[in-house]
Amino acid sequence: MSLVCCAIFLVLSACAVVFAGQAWARVIVYGGCALTGFAGLLSALSYLAGTTPGGEWIFPLGLPWIGAHFAVDSLSAFFLAIVNGGAVLASLYAIGYGRHESAPWRVLPFYPAFLAGMTLVVLAADAFTFLLSWEFMSLASWALVMAYHRVRDNAQAGYVYIVMASFGTFALLLAFGMLAGPDGSYAFSSMREGIRAPWQDAMILLFVLLGAGSKAGLVPLHVWLPLAHPAAPSHVSALMSGVMTKVAVYAFVRVVFDLLGGTGWEAALVILVLGGASAVLGVLQALMHTDIKKILACSTVENIGIVFIGLGLSLAFQSGHMPAMAALALSAALFHVFNHALFKSLLFFGAGAVVHATGARDLDKMGGLIHRMPVTAVCLLIGCAAISSLPPLNGFASEWVLLQAILQSPALPEWGLKVSIPAVGCLLALSAALAGACFVRLFGVAFLGRPRTPQAAQAHEVDRFSLGAMAFLALACILAGVMPGLILEGIHGTVQDLIAGGPAPQGRWLSLVPVSEDRSTYSGVLVFVFVLVASGVTALLARRVASSALRRGPAWDCGFPGNSPLFQYGAGSFVQPIRRVFGARILHARESVEMPDPGDLRPASFRVDLRDPAWEGIFLPISRGVRGVAERCNIAQFLTIRKYLGLVFVFLVFLLGVLALWT
Amino acid sequence: MTSLSFDIAHALAGALILSSFMMLYQDRLSALINLFAVQAVILSFSVAWQAFIQDAPHLYITAFIAVLFKALVIPLALHRMIVRLGIHREIETVIGIGMTMMAGMGLVALSLSLILDVASQSDPLAREDLAFALAVILLGLLMMVTRRNAVSQVVGFMSLENGLVFAATGAQGMPFVVEISVAFSILIAFIVIGIFLFRIRERFDTVDLRALDHFRGERFSPGDGPSGAALPVLDRSRGAGRGR
Repeated sequence: MSLVCCAIFLVLSACAVVFAGQAWARVIVYGGCALTGFAGLLSALSYLAGTTPGGEWIFPLGLPWIGAHFAVDSLSAFFLAIVNGGAVLASLYAIGYGRHESAPWRVLPFYPAFLAGMTLVVLAADAFTFLLSWEFMSLASWALVMAYHRVRDNAQAGYVYIVMASFGTFALLLAFGMLAGPDGSYAFSSMREGIRAPWQDAMILLFVLLGAGSKAGLVPLHVWLPLAHPAAPSHVSALMSGVMTKVAVYAFVRVVFDLLGGTGWEAALVILVLGGASAVLGVLQALMHTDIKKILACSTVENIGIVFIGLGLSLAFQSGHMPAMAALALSAALFHVFNHALFKSLLFFGAGAVVHATGARDLDKMGGLIHRMPVTAVCLLIGCAAISSLPPLNGFASEWVLLQAILQSPALPEWGLKVSIPAVGCLLALSAALAGACFVRLFGVAFLGRPRTPQAAQAHEVDRFSLGAMAFLALACILAGVMPGLILEGIHGTVQDLIAGGPAPQGRWLSLVPVSEDRSTYSGVLVFVFVLVASGVTALLARRVASSALRRGPAWDCGFPGNSPLFQYGAGSFVQPIRRVFGARILHARESVEMPDPGDLRPASFRVDLRDPAWEGIFLPISRGVRGVAERCNIAQFLTIRKYLGLVFVFLVFLLGVLALWT
Repeated sequence: MTSLSFDIAHALAGALILSSFMMLYQDRLSALINLFAVQAVILSFSVAWQAFIQDAPHLYITAFIAVLFKALVIPLALHRMIVRLGIHREIETVIGIGMTMMAGMGLVALSLSLILDVASQSDPLAREDLAFALAVILLGLLMMVTRRNAVSQVVGFMSLENGLVFAATGAQGMPFVVEISVAFSILIAFIVIGIFLFRIRERFDTVDLRALDHFRGERFSPGDGPSGAALPVLDRSRGAGRGR
């Protein structure tokens, strides 16, 4: 079924190449993608519910005599549901959003291809098909990033992205190369049987961390995310951030949990530390940026960090032979994957609406939008609350389950883990708090206060399709938060297949019981009802007790004699305390104030310089090294014809000599 | 397979190598072309002998093509070409004939030891053939590397291709289409190279490849031999070339 969906995506893509110029092509392509994605979603859900059997199919495509293997199991069905669900909503949103596209022929053909690529990665069941689909997905998304290639910095973003994507595929290629099954076969089913030395396991893990981590945005391979995700059109950004990073998580889970079958505790510790670093560094960077889409992209790094903390924790418990706890941590990670797909798509849709309405991506050019775009504001508020992990929304539920798993870490036998997992837990808590600050800032500066520019004052609500997609996602965030047991029930089968002998946490309809009844429980419904009742009663009391007379008075202007909207709290000023506490050391934030001399007519200026430690410490030295080597090799560009021939000849003789000595 | 037929095939293959060495040694262009014709004749004998012992009549066609094109058409055309280019009396300065011969011997030793080692299980005749063919190919390549004149490079290339044909016929069951297409591709390559030779000559007044290198803005290393003589001519021709 899902394969049929892929085929339809590809056909739509081909049609879009031909008809992209037409006005009706947008509706056909996006509408077709939405319907196809819906069909795929239904089939994935019916597999998860146990009504459709999975299976493996072999098609005579690709390499001769090997063919292309595709399979559906519980893990791929879960991720298929995420991919297709994201595809449905993004397509729905794009039916409205795409109306304002200046060059639809740059987006329409690649969009269905991108969806097909992601579906194929999840379905692939041998290394060759997997890598091919992975690269297909990367290239299609690269084309979408380059859709507005004339805009400043977009070409640079595309370049960084394609370099990172190629590097990631290369690392995955090496990982799969070492994973070959006992008979040298590259089908996943025979890779599971493979017997490998410990050092091989470690190498495979390293390569998978590099390959999947670079796509997911794990620190220090995250540098392309804040560049590339905002460069694409908003519905594609939502897919890249909300769904494609999940496909990378799928690759990691598939290889490490399924094909390798777990790791030692040292490796788990490495993953935990990387996850913790991603969580904190991602959210810190999100706080520093003022571009609304960059903030969201950086926050993706944070959430991927949270997911990897869950995965690392699960591996740690697995190595300590505590399958119940391992299952708990894995469920938390998968639950967070699902939640992040929901609210990150919602936030990107909202950001797209705001950017379209105000024509700016800078938070400091917005303000007061809640009056002009009420529906968008409410949806975005729900998304912000969810990603800041406030109860009773879904972000809280998954992080709560994850913290419950972290609280079980003292039972682990290794002291290294006993000591460091609580530290990672602290990082997790810190990142949750910082995420709260980050999204208070985002919502407050963009939607509250007074408009800072005429465009923001003239903003208008977006179309019905976009609003529908956002409202649906907001509703889904609330539902998943109020009834987390429902989602955990869906994940149950996946977790059981991956962790032998591990019962997933009891997902009941009304309450969550991660460990046991007497330790901790969480009931989303109860909290929801409490929030409703408490706020309702408070509002009622305020109405009854307080005076109902409406008074309009001047707003307090902080003592500044002026009425410019620029005197409001801005995106930069809101975050200044955090920047001074954390940014100075970690991000090398430097503030410089330039005051003109008296009599000078220049305006005074205030500037903040930020440096990404990963970019400065890792990527710049590498690029300098590559450039140096390339310059050395440049000599070979200017040899004589005979020297070229001689080069070929000497190398041939060398290879023959090696062969002669080797055998 | 009788031992006599094996011996004859072996002797022909050896003769092929010998002719390769003679070409490597020879520094007069017209003699070089004659030697190439001789090698082509030996090749065609060898292919015909293969046709006989493998009982594969289509190989006779290959042998016939080899005689027709490589022993007659191409050498005649090359002779005419060097006469028209006015270089038929030219003595090419080859760097260190002694060194070249030593290197050639090393290459033959390498290819023999390699193939006899790698293909130790296969049919002895095919194995020997492959070893000799690889040696001929390597010697042709060596000739292309050590020669400076474009015509002798063409000859080196053709001799390399002789080795390929020899390898193709030595292995049993090689599809006929492959051999034919190899034979014809070499003809086409020859035509293209011939045209290019005249174009080079037209533009640079010489077929010495150093002129091409100079045109690309190369610097000469002193080891590349006397270069002063070619350069004034070259400069004139470049001026003329621009004028056109």
